[in-house]
Amino acid sequence: MSALTCTGVGRAFGALKAVDDVDLVVEPGARHALIGPNGAGKSTLFKLVTGTLRADTGRVELAGRDVTGLSEVRRSRLGMSQTLQHSSLFGSMTAAETVVLALRRHDGSRITPWPRRDPALRERAQESLTGVGLGGRGDTPVPALSHGERKQLEVALALACRPTLFLLDEPAAGMSPAERARLVELLSGLPEEITVLFVEHDLDLVFALADAVTVLHLGRVLLSGTPADVRASDAVREAYLGAGRREELFTR
Amino acid sequence: MTAVEPSVVPATPAARRGYGRWVAIAVLVVLAAAPLFLAPFATSTLSRVLVFALFAVSLDLLVGVTGLPSLGHAAYFGSGAYAAGWTSIHVTAEAPVPLLVGAGVGALAAASTGWITARSAGVFFLMLTLAIGELVGQVANTWESVTGGANGLTGVPAVRIAGQPLANAGFTHWYVLLVAALGFALVWTVARSPFGDALRGIRDNEPRMRALGYSTSLYKYAVFVLAGGVAGMAGSLLVAQQRLVSTADVGFLISSLMLLAVVIGGAGSLWGACLGAALVVVVRDALGPTLDGHGPLVLGIVFVAVVYLLPRGAAGLLGRTR
Repeated sequence: MSALTCTGVGRAFGALKAVDDVDLVVEPGARHALIGPNGAGKSTLFKLVTGTLRADTGRVELAGRDVTGLSEVRRSRLGMSQTLQHSSLFGSMTAAETVVLALRRHDGSRITPWPRRDPALRERAQESLTGVGLGGRGDTPVPALSHGERKQLEVALALACRPTLFLLDEPAAGMSPAERARLVELLSGLPEEITVLFVEHDLDLVFALADAVTVLHLGRVLLSGTPADVRASDAVREAYLGAGRREELFTR
Repeated sequence: MTAVEPSVVPATPAARRGYGRWVAIAVLVVLAAAPLFLAPFATSTLSRVLVFALFAVSLDLLVGVTGLPSLGHAAYFGSGAYAAGWTSIHVTAEAPVPLLVGAGVGALAAASTGWITARSAGVFFLMLTLAIGELVGQVANTWESVTGGANGLTGVPAVRIAGQPLANAGFTHWYVLLVAALGFALVWTVARSPFGDALRGIRDNEPRMRALGYSTSLYKYAVFVLAGGVAGMAGSLLVAQQRLVSTADVGFLISSLMLLAVVIGGAGSLWGACLGAALVVVVRDALGPTLDGHGPLVLGIVFVAVVYLLPRGAAGLLGRTR
């Protein structure tokens, strides 16, 4: 059984079919990349998977369970966790407080309306921050973190939700080469139980990390295969370089 | 990118908690001792300050902690006041019955209207609460058999404790102080709980909270009902203090003045809301007559000054607000 299956998924904005009849299968334990030129519908497909947007057509299944009609909240409880393209955190909290929010929601403890001392929770927050290389930054307010550190915190926050399917929308956007290297190390070190689906522009990062790649172009799947298939494909090269369109121009 | 400014470096929490506790005890002692030294009029003004401080604190739970600006919160304050007054006249004035009825009806009114507002935020929340506030005000005006219509609900007997009516301003003040302190403690406890952390998360970034698996509408509904209940408590104290309820106590003016109080005090800071309420009540009720009816003008000037000089309110003077 696959970790995620999209069948005939589509979403239109007015006359524009941003995502059109897309089939996507992500195998359990895969490091699956979703790539494509600007405007290919990557981010929209991503949102259809997480439930931020609802699909007009098609089905989304999480580990064999139909989640098409479920809200983002329900999908999150079923083990989907995401980081967003633009880091999206909590301006009045420290790094540790941020992670605690996610830990509390997903470790089965109750969100009580009275204060609770929970040293174990603090410890686990510290562990997950250390896991992404923010060990010494727990008490730092989020606005005081650098751009790269915020991205790292995003990853810690999403992992604190104990995902089975981990979705990342352009995790390396705006990162320095050193930060990128750290990100690759972090993601490739994730346990096998966590399936990863990520949208990424940086093809070096894609080929360093992915064991499966799906290429989107103009809202449709152009190709799905191994990184080697994608490298060898003329269609992909044309989509990225626009050669296809130039050819059309001359033959018409 | 998160749209947030670098914040002031906070004082260490332990140090803040240490001196905060002593300040709180000192304030309680001064408030409790006040009737022994003050004239009855000053004492009852102080009681009114406490009533509206509790109201402002309940509103701050929405505005400051959860980030939901309400312009109709007086609807629940007024519902509680009418319910407590009606119960005192027709059933019993024995404490804590009017208090519990006031809190219960406030929460019930919030529960029956909150489902409309729970899915909204920002300006839409503001407009919806404004509309609901006006509706409730209209009900108070027309349902004469219960509310007394435009005449208001008059002749409310004094609250009794163990059969003894609280006959003078001093005893009433102690009753108001006790209940207001309990209400404040309730809101303070909730604001510091895991539930309170989730509310702050919703204020900072509601879409992210949904992605983390929090059903934010449910949280917003719960806090709306709680804030309505505490406002109803404050309403029952209003009746205990002034012994009548008028349509003005449910209206838009009270809602907006209290929103002003929360902003002056610094949204998100509970004690700041109390200070803001004190300022509003003192300027409007105590200084109003000597200012020749220009109380609202003074409040307006204060508000403009606060927004320009203290964007985080009075609480901003003491560093980070939570």
